[in-house]
Amino acid sequence: MANDHIDITVEPGEVHALLGENGAGKSTLMNQLYGLLQPDEGQIVVNDEPRVFKSPRDAIAAGIGMVHQHFMLVPVFTVAENIALGAEEVRGGPLGWLDRRRSRRDVIETSERYGLPVDPDALIEDLPVGAQQRVEIVKALTREVDLLILDEPTAVLTPQETEELLTVMRSLTAMGKSIVFITHKLKEVKAIADRITVIRRGQVVGTASPDTSEEELAALMVGRAVSLEVEKAPAEPGDSILKISGLVVDDDRGVRAVDGVDLEVRAGEVLGIAGVQGNGQTELVEAVMGLREVRAGAVHLEGEDLVGRSTKRILRSGVGYVPEDRSHDGVVKEFSVAENLILDMYDRAPFGNAFRIDGDSVASNAKHRVEQFDIRCQSPASLVGALSGGNQQKVVVAREMSRPLRLFIASQPTRGVDVGSIEFIHSRIIHERDQGTAVLVVSSELDEVVGLADRIAVMYRGRVLAIVSPDTPREEIGLLMAGITGDTPEGAK
Amino acid sequence: MKRFWSANNFTLTALSMLMAVVIGGVLIIISDATVLAKFGYFTARPSDAFESSWLLVSTAYADLLKGALGDPAVFSAWFSGEATWQQAFAPISETLTYAAPLVFTGLSVALAFRGGLFNIGAQGQAVLGCIAAGVAGFTFGLPIALNLIVAVVAGVLGGALWGFIPGLLKARTGAHEVITTIMLNYTAGLFLAWLVIQQGIQAPGRSDAISKAVAESAQLPSPGGVLRVHLGIILAVLTTAGVAWLLNKSAFGFEIRAVGANPHAAKTAGISVAKTYVLLMAVAGGLAGFGGATQVLGTAHALTPSVAGNIGFDGLLVALLGRTRPWGTLFAALLFGALRAGGNRMQSFSGISLELVTVLQALIVIFIAAPALVKAIFRLRASRATGLGASLAKG
Repeated sequence: MANDHIDITVEPGEVHALLGENGAGKSTLMNQLYGLLQPDEGQIVVNDEPRVFKSPRDAIAAGIGMVHQHFMLVPVFTVAENIALGAEEVRGGPLGWLDRRRSRRDVIETSERYGLPVDPDALIEDLPVGAQQRVEIVKALTREVDLLILDEPTAVLTPQETEELLTVMRSLTAMGKSIVFITHKLKEVKAIADRITVIRRGQVVGTASPDTSEEELAALMVGRAVSLEVEKAPAEPGDSILKISGLVVDDDRGVRAVDGVDLEVRAGEVLGIAGVQGNGQTELVEAVMGLREVRAGAVHLEGEDLVGRSTKRILRSGVGYVPEDRSHDGVVKEFSVAENLILDMYDRAPFGNAFRIDGDSVASNAKHRVEQFDIRCQSPASLVGALSGGNQQKVVVAREMSRPLRLFIASQPTRGVDVGSIEFIHSRIIHERDQGTAVLVVSSELDEVVGLADRIAVMYRGRVLAIVSPDTPREEIGLLMAGITGDTPEGAK
Repeated sequence: MKRFWSANNFTLTALSMLMAVVIGGVLIIISDATVLAKFGYFTARPSDAFESSWLLVSTAYADLLKGALGDPAVFSAWFSGEATWQQAFAPISETLTYAAPLVFTGLSVALAFRGGLFNIGAQGQAVLGCIAAGVAGFTFGLPIALNLIVAVVAGVLGGALWGFIPGLLKARTGAHEVITTIMLNYTAGLFLAWLVIQQGIQAPGRSDAISKAVAESAQLPSPGGVLRVHLGIILAVLTTAGVAWLLNKSAFGFEIRAVGANPHAAKTAGISVAKTYVLLMAVAGGLAGFGGATQVLGTAHALTPSVAGNIGFDGLLVALLGRTRPWGTLFAALLFGALRAGGNRMQSFSGISLELVTVLQALIVIFIAAPALVKAIFRLRASRATGLGASLAKG
């Protein structure tokens, strides 16, 4: 059951934050409100009138609009075309033609009325993510909705874009619109919400006012006290372990994704890579791991050239790797926890050899790792697909940390992971660092990078714009993530 | 009983077979003119129509069972000394004879499927196995045991080559194995048809398309007489055990299953997906080739253009019916062998076309491939594993 007898009321002109961990049931709840799912029990009342929504069309007619986490826009259409899509202005009857001029005028009018600048003639694919989101909001507003649902709207934004979005939300509520703001980011909730409803395991576990402290909110979300700060001692960097020089890598479409990157990670330090998603971080890491072709440049692990080595050999040179997309690249969901824990070591001692796998040692390893990494599962023989996101991630982290490492690479180590598991995974990463392993962490969550890293490299359009200390003001890092260098000295340590 | 009515695999398979038998019965009735005529005065005397329908269908299915498992009358004749034990066991022998090659081709498809590959090419690989085993069988003239071993190995290698090619093409160029294996099926079939009429291959003094006979020393041992069953069925059981071990206990099997379930995660964990595909297709081809070899060395003893029959395509159905599990595939092959052997008797005794067996086989597989249909017809309780609701929930 994803939702268990939830009651929630949204007043006109308020921002109602829906706070909960991944898998708590927030999206399920909102999908019912938007007509994408039908409730088994209970009802939706709009302006004192009970309503049944069979599809989003019904919801929109009742004045409810939604901006999804993944935008529903056609990349090759213009802004005006996208906004008209689904409610096209047609002249000349059912077989008539599109009234583009009127669609365009509607867009301009709405964007002026709400102070949301969009260029009606720009192609969606040319727009940055923040602007695309604005298009989605304008689209909902042209349908004259009174209640706007924003599903994790800040997940893809830079800190500056997030600020802008919060300003837009304030002005919308000032004009009497209501907003349901779905998120798991505590800072934003405190900054914008008028009321906060916390959901855990499909149930409302509490409501809070915005002046509740972050610790209290986190405890409400997780069900126990959690520490939000990453606790760590100052790094004691040793010798250089990973050295990347002049690395050039293309993405799947053959477009340059990494364009001449130089980086160095030393033993016993965490190098964090900050940047908005899609600025070459993924490709950089995949190239280091031998999963993507290197066009130019060199990657050395303590002097050994990694370019051209197979992924298996790289992993066995003492490199641990947590891929960013857990369910796509990290685990085999049809495999048991025990099998996933040996996914990259199945054919070597003690688990097996080139021919056979030793079931007993696989099972005892699983038992040990499940305890050590606090993986919550019925048994090591349970399928990984049945585990929560956080526990799946712990399986990946446990696997990659269960052998002596020289280098540990983690991409988005806590994406889609509950607050409790985040705390645990962060402490394991710092523990690995303190053992003298060189650690490279890539994350689009600035908080995570700042919390973990001893040095931060900011990537923008395939290049490292600057290397800064984690004490650098957030605003400055945020500007770098948006590609604005200003007077930041290059290569600051 | 409660467990039986939940939608597990065993129940679904059993009910699919039941449905196929019922529909098959209807087909038997409507294709018989005499019985159909009695339905003409159905309102006047319905018992006539019912009685003759029941008689026809029950005789037909009884013949099917007798032809597949054995005739009680012959067994009692054997006990009273009027028939030999060979005659009593002849039906089972037929079932096992037909089943043996299907076990191999079924395993070929099932193994490839577990690795995420749809091996439509078991037919072509089996044909290559026939060719290699047959040619080796009448060419080398080696001493007794050696001749057989060499012929079997030749068949396996022939099939492996025919599997290796699409595997390599997929790994190197991304060519889809469904397309390439279908094309290689044609190539293999036409090559066989050409080969058997070439000098040195064609049986001397024959004008029709048949090759020289396989040397007796290269034939799979068989009790002989009415018992056509041969060593092939024992090899098939051993191979099933081998494939089950390979899949579940070996390092290569781990690679196959990982690549089949999530090639991206397998690649990220350092497993070479391309290498796995090539090796897997070669092994799958080798299994189908083994099936072809048992066909030539065990039953046909000479090459003809249709020596491989339909064993490759039937292997697809067998693997599907066995749910791509090695032992499941073995039992599915035995079922198909039984239907085929029983169908022969049904054709000669009840006069019902052998094609009905093909229809039954097809119906069983259709019902198994569309489990929702069977569940709806029998109102099975949804088992938890197959529940759809769980996958829709997202945070």
